[in-house]
Amino acid sequence: MIVFERPKSLIDVPLHYCPGCTHGIVHRLVAEAIDELGIEGKTVGIAPVGCSVMAYDYFNCDMIEAAHGRAPAVATGVKRSDPDNLIVFTYQGDGDLASIGTAETVHAAARNENITVIFINNAIYGMTGGQMAPTSLPGQVTQTSPYGRDVNLCGYPVKICEMLSELEGPEYLERVTVNSVKNVRNAKRAIKKAFQNQIDGKGFSLIEVISSCPTNWGMTPKEALQWIDDKMIPYYPLGVYKDRSAGILCNPNKEEK
Amino acid sequence: MAEKVLMKGNEAIAEAAIQAGCRHYFGYPITPQTEIAAYMAKRMPKIGGTFLQAESEIAAINMVYGVASAGKRVMTSSSSPGISLKSEGLSYLAGADLPALVVNAQRGGPGLGGIQPSQSDYFQATRGGGHGDYHMIVLAPSSVQEMAQLTIRGFELADEYRMTAMILADGTIGQMMEPVSFDFEIKEAPAKPWATTGTKMARPHNVINSLYLNAELLEKTNIERYQKYALIEEKEALAEEYMVEDADIIIAAFGIAARVSKNAVNEARASGIKAGLIRPITLWPFPKAVFAKHADHAKQIISVELSMGQMIEDVQLATQCKVPVSLCYRVGGMIPTPDQVYQAIVEANEKGGK
Amino acid sequence: MAKVTFREDECKGCGLCTDACPKKILQLSKDKINKKGHHPAECVKPEECIGCASCAIMCPDCIITVER
Repeated sequence: MIVFERPKSLIDVPLHYCPGCTHGIVHRLVAEAIDELGIEGKTVGIAPVGCSVMAYDYFNCDMIEAAHGRAPAVATGVKRSDPDNLIVFTYQGDGDLASIGTAETVHAAARNENITVIFINNAIYGMTGGQMAPTSLPGQVTQTSPYGRDVNLCGYPVKICEMLSELEGPEYLERVTVNSVKNVRNAKRAIKKAFQNQIDGKGFSLIEVISSCPTNWGMTPKEALQWIDDKMIPYYPLGVYKDRSAGILCNPNKEEK
Repeated sequence: MAEKVLMKGNEAIAEAAIQAGCRHYFGYPITPQTEIAAYMAKRMPKIGGTFLQAESEIAAINMVYGVASAGKRVMTSSSSPGISLKSEGLSYLAGADLPALVVNAQRGGPGLGGIQPSQSDYFQATRGGGHGDYHMIVLAPSSVQEMAQLTIRGFELADEYRMTAMILADGTIGQMMEPVSFDFEIKEAPAKPWATTGTKMARPHNVINSLYLNAELLEKTNIERYQKYALIEEKEALAEEYMVEDADIIIAAFGIAARVSKNAVNEARASGIKAGLIRPITLWPFPKAVFAKHADHAKQIISVELSMGQMIEDVQLATQCKVPVSLCYRVGGMIPTPDQVYQAIVEANEKGGK
Repeated sequence: MAKVTFREDECKGCGLCTDACPKKILQLSKDKINKKGHHPAECVKPEECIGCASCAIMCPDCIITVER
């Protein structure tokens, strides 16, 4: 009996990502969620600009390539064209979602737009060769922060889940990671829930996936997964930031004052 | 006879869009086109449509991109500074071959400019506006009736050729009230097998995309798109010719400038000058043949514009400089008076010409 | 009897599967080089595989099939 194989919603072509890049894992989790929920025939995915720009070649559902950062607005249009019959998701990186597309992200969340957003946060611009991202950590060395991210010069990272959790609009916000078997299983649960929420008409669900970029972090794939534990998660704590239906309405990691 | 209703030009656009089957409107407030959004906000919820005030013009055009991808008639409207913001989206719509209707009720620029009427976005509209090789079909109404009529035609052309149609209006026609009849025969949208409406597990997945990393393939898509454009230039160019058959002095003007000019032409004829008017209704494709036809007998062409001289370049190209072309203009929200245009005609008749 | 198979030519040799395997029976081949130019992952003690799919769960390229 086959206990694990490639999901049907992931087209059987080689992925273009670098060795050990966790985009591939998240692609698979999205495809598995689509398969398990039986929504492949009614799903439309929106690809971003960034490393996952060619996601439209990988998902077997209808796909749209959006301009940089505009995926939530495009998804809004698609969803509203046929709200009862279409399931719409965006797949975006940190430059796309948290920098150039911040306004589109915030307002889609504020409207509680009934879409699913998969947000890959790997703290770097991968496609263009490793520049500082809005989510790059303080002190992080990148091509455009060669002496380490200086917060006095270019400010602090944008914490999307924390920021959006202050809005009344969104239904569901969760931060997960994919750096271990246990964490991948948990990410799968979160992503599936984000699609189920849309099926149930609950509204805007965003899953932030802390991911690795071994190539541009200058690490081996294994070291990169360890760096997620050591550096990323302390700055970007995992957890459910908002689940309106379950009564979770604020940032779980915020200290009481 | 069809019943006529008194309406503002902007409202006529909105009502015509609804009659054309448009059920999705996205926009961001900007003067002087806000009546379109207001009309849609009132009407759409009552007819099962969607009106959504977007967070920006950029978001609005991308919502349009989404609905267009899903194969439905969709529109947005704005005014000059807002169109600049939408230009990114216009380029992507062109690159992905998506049909959409965009209204520009032009105001004076550059920058924030003013809120009074202008025609200074002619270059932006007829040359594309955004990056890359592309065109939009650009329609220039000069009455409230035409605001309605060209809106419907715009949807039809957009669907037929899978591209953006722009209504290039201005604050004056948008704001003025005239009787308008909605007795239109409207072509239904064609089938759109390319649309992303879900595969329903019945076909391979559709992809809406403008990215081609293979240079040869990108070249091929551009060349094919320009073959389509050539066909449009051949078939769809449209102009009104008013007393041009025997004209010595020909006015070239569109939109509100054409209305002003028509009065001046009448006045000139009354005083014995053989004046006429060519009014381009499609700015892209530009009605080159009409100008070429009259270039031989005219002494001079005067391009009357609410800009520092933009359409004049197309007039010169269309007439291949066989006839002198001069400019009569006001800008910044000012409009030429019929008398100003009449004086230009008199002057041209006296000393102009070949 | 559990069985793990790799689509060897699509392996990028990242090694995430080898770390994920609880039985430590996977390795990047020491002598083979695949079409992509990587040392592909392989199972050195197939008889010890328990079919837990941990390797497949961590594989970014989705090239592992697990049977049990």
